[in-house]
Amino acid sequence: MPDLWEVRFHGRGGQGVVTASRILVESAFLEGKWGQSIPMFGAERRGAPVSAFARISSSEIRRHSQIYNPDVVAVFDPKILKVLDVSEGLKKNGLLIFNSVKGPEEFDFRGFRVAVVDASGIAIKLGLYFAGFPAVNTAMVGAIAKVTGMVSLNSVMNSIKANWSGRIGELNAEAARIAYNSIKVG
Amino acid sequence: MGVSKVLTGNYAVANAVKLAKVQVVAAYPITPQTTIVEKIAQFVENGELNAKYIRVESEHSAMAACIGASATGARAFTATSSHGLMYMSEVVWWAGLGKFPMVMAVVTRALAPPWSIWSEHNDVLAHRDCGWIIFFAEDNQEVLDLTIQSFRISEDEKVLQPVMVTLDAFILSHTATPVSIPNQSDVDGYLPPPGSRRLPFILDPANPLTHGNLAYPRNFMEFRYEIERSMGNARRIIVEAGREYGKITGRYYDSLIEPYRCSDADAVLICMGSSAGDAKDAVDILRDEGYNIGAVKLRTIRPFPYEELRDICRNKRIIGVVDRDYSFGFGGIMHGEIKSALSDLHIPVQGFIAGLGGRDIRVEDFIQMGRKLYHIIESGVGEFPPIWINLRREVFR
Repeated sequence: MPDLWEVRFHGRGGQGVVTASRILVESAFLEGKWGQSIPMFGAERRGAPVSAFARISSSEIRRHSQIYNPDVVAVFDPKILKVLDVSEGLKKNGLLIFNSVKGPEEFDFRGFRVAVVDASGIAIKLGLYFAGFPAVNTAMVGAIAKVTGMVSLNSVMNSIKANWSGRIGELNAEAARIAYNSIKVG
Repeated sequence: MGVSKVLTGNYAVANAVKLAKVQVVAAYPITPQTTIVEKIAQFVENGELNAKYIRVESEHSAMAACIGASATGARAFTATSSHGLMYMSEVVWWAGLGKFPMVMAVVTRALAPPWSIWSEHNDVLAHRDCGWIIFFAEDNQEVLDLTIQSFRISEDEKVLQPVMVTLDAFILSHTATPVSIPNQSDVDGYLPPPGSRRLPFILDPANPLTHGNLAYPRNFMEFRYEIERSMGNARRIIVEAGREYGKITGRYYDSLIEPYRCSDADAVLICMGSSAGDAKDAVDILRDEGYNIGAVKLRTIRPFPYEELRDICRNKRIIGVVDRDYSFGFGGIMHGEIKSALSDLHIPVQGFIAGLGGRDIRVEDFIQMGRKLYHIIESGVGEFPPIWINLRREVFR
């Protein structure tokens, strides 16, 4: 396991990529690790392709420069594949995680590992919506936890419940748990 | 010892303002500062901070309101960035020249045109001469720590000058990292009670007086010299405040600069703000490659860390200065200042211009700058004009 994980999130404005990045960092922090949650540096619009980043390490990260060669790329909306190369800069044998009903073998990314989770389906089943769209970000963090092992499911669920109290927190933690248990790795 | 939370740089400022029990906040929004004053508004709304929150119609008014609050002896705070700071500028000078204690957070951002919301230091450096103490923060922890310390420094009777705490746009303002937040009771013991300070003259309807009246040439220069005396005192008070802060938090700030692996170095790279950590990472990599190099972070630029820099640089073979700013027709602003401060030491001082308008300054870029310094030592060729890092030269063909 690398001592420094670098993660890039792709989604659309409103899908909560920045929040996903922060939940991941807060989960790591609960385990005594260090992290940086980095938004895309710019003006964001609902529906437009957006990205966010995270660094996770066992010790303090001093650098603040941007992430060019992530270990993991999480894609919240696979339709983004039509407009940008989500594997850009991804490390050799790096991990691509898609929110999709397809199987991992249906994604053609040579030189990388592919994992797939139906985060939209999980959100719809639990009735998790944000501004009319399925809220997929908490499920995606659960999926990342499973395939990378950089944080535990328990930490992810705890940080989610610390962010949203009551039933919303419970449902989002449940989304992370279902994603954790259902992600398929190619 | 307090609690730790994952906070953006902007929320680190807001938490520091709450802990300092600021009494008056005057606010006008501007990207990328807005979430500072939004968060403070939330603290005031939910009763966590008992402050008068004034929603003004411009940055100029925000500073004017802070000056008014400060003149009555209240603890005042505002935050701004870039064009907001420039629009506020007239009264920023008034606050510094009038010796009004207060703290302002400035999120560094390039001035337009072309339009930009990303980091550059020219907005702050345009206000380098107006009597404000100016801090540059490296990370979100330093943002919180320096903001708390700034109230103590600003209100010290030997200083009584306003303080700017600056943090780089997005790189710190919107990036979240773990931040250790001190206990309220520790901060209460560290700072004087709000509103308790003894200004020489307090605005009070019961004892009316006028501030800022006409000073004839016979009296004027002494007002200026008084500010310079305060800046001189601030050097000592800043170090004292940083040491005392260490006693409540374990994080000691005992110098106006922060040297990194400099004692045996031949070459030193000087920078400020959020890229200091990348410079330190580069130093470690260059050291492994056999380069005897160190880095220095400027924590304050006013007062200028004259003695500290001279002590560190005295026996070096070359100094590099990284400016995220530019003075057209001159060069890097800090390059010029540092070169002047070291002039009698006869050490070459190479300037680098990097990161304008938020262009990323990567660890690799600092490595290249470090190697360049060694190339200059080995080739024996003296000083050069500043080197623009990652300039897309093909645009000019």
